[in-house]
Amino acid sequence: MQPRVILDSKKLTLTITRLCHQLIEQHKDFSNSAIIGVQPRGVFLANRIHQKLSEILKRKDIEYGKLDITFYRDDFRIKSKPMIADETNISFSLEGKNIILIDDVLYTGRTIRSALDAMLDYGRPDDVELLVLIDRRLQRHLPIQAKYVGRVVDSIAAEKVKVEWKETDGADKVWIVEDDRQ
Amino acid sequence: MGALSQKHLIGIKHLQKSDIELIFQTADNFKDILQRPIKKVPSLRDITIANLFFEDSTRTRISFELAEKRLSADTINFSASGSSVKKGETLLDTVRNILAMKVDMIVMRHSSSGAADFLSQHISASIINAGDGTHEHPTQGLLDGYSVREKCGELKGLNYLIIGDIKHSRVAGSDIPLMLKMGAKVKVCGPPTLVPKHIEELGVTYEPNLKKALEWCDVANVLRIQLERMDIKFVPSLREYALTYGVNKELLDSIKKKIIIMHPGPINRGVELNSDVADSKQSIILQQVENGVAIRMAALYLLAGRA
Repeated sequence: MQPRVILDSKKLTLTITRLCHQLIEQHKDFSNSAIIGVQPRGVFLANRIHQKLSEILKRKDIEYGKLDITFYRDDFRIKSKPMIADETNISFSLEGKNIILIDDVLYTGRTIRSALDAMLDYGRPDDVELLVLIDRRLQRHLPIQAKYVGRVVDSIAAEKVKVEWKETDGADKVWIVEDDRQ
Repeated sequence: MGALSQKHLIGIKHLQKSDIELIFQTADNFKDILQRPIKKVPSLRDITIANLFFEDSTRTRISFELAEKRLSADTINFSASGSSVKKGETLLDTVRNILAMKVDMIVMRHSSSGAADFLSQHISASIINAGDGTHEHPTQGLLDGYSVREKCGELKGLNYLIIGDIKHSRVAGSDIPLMLKMGAKVKVCGPPTLVPKHIEELGVTYEPNLKKALEWCDVANVLRIQLERMDIKFVPSLREYALTYGVNKELLDSIKKKIIIMHPGPINRGVELNSDVADSKQSIILQQVENGVAIRMAALYLLAGRA
């Protein structure tokens, strides 16, 4: 199978801008809302969204945290090696906030399930919404849906969606490749 | 993504440098978790751990138990007193019986050196050695290294001094290989009767004079005089030991640089360490205890993930 690009740099920027406007529609000026990026890969998207929102709203104080979910995963003992955690950095209380949870790809839903667990250890938010760049809607294992979606992808399990960022991979790009783990 | 090279944690001497770094790195994450209002993660919720303490302990036992609870593991506690050990059951039988009740990991302290290693050859569950006789106490070695790393940035190039009863000390048994593996220089200091012969073979140096040794070091780990392990007299009297090898404020003030003082506990105040040092800003004794929980969480997490 040939790898195929589904979002290039230009389309990705447009998608992020659209997602930001959708968020503003719902959250107005973000006075009681906060963004949480899921470590490790969701943080890149969360960074962009946070940056873009600050630009549009002309605010520098939109609350933004990073959440590591390693110790909350349900596949900890299934994987051959223990997973190494990243930093969790949430400097504000989640109590009573409207939280936008951000990850790059929504696949089985297990990561988000773990993230919900992990998040509750930092307080009880009023409500939690999910934003993802790519929704692989046919592959869900759990009843979890995203409210804001960049792009829906109908891919089979033998394929893998790769999200690459300028910061780490050299260019912004989303593409579908064959999953070599299968 | 890393994994430990070992299935058990029997001694530091079996670990590689990358293992130690991985444990330190993981402990950093757990230390963050321990600062939160909710200090608990569900990682080990499907794991049962037996804490087998055939020898007395306060700190290590509480520290392990807390670490297990913070990781959501189920725990059972066992102490030799009040058990069938008193009726003559062997170590292996005791442990096999406990494992028959579907226990996944064993944390064991035993007064015989090599007990954990012996057990690891006969059972399949992961074993963490919580101190075996005068051999090793690996989690203590790790938390000592971790505490020094936290204070000084890195262990490489540091001068690390261990003072006191080296011969009977399992803390020295773990600290020495850990510090050497991480690139620190190690010196031991104490009465010649309490320093093993040929200690230089380990790659450490010996200095009988306490003041000279303190002038050399950046960090000094003061060991406890272990009255329970001394069948014959190794020192004429505690009073004489305190006069020659006791660390006090006056002595530390006479040295130009600020040395970090450590002690694995429990302290014999006024014998190996004076209160004016133990409770001073130079001492990181309580940080050692605090870091112990994070280090033990890291060890349990990494070993459980390997099983």
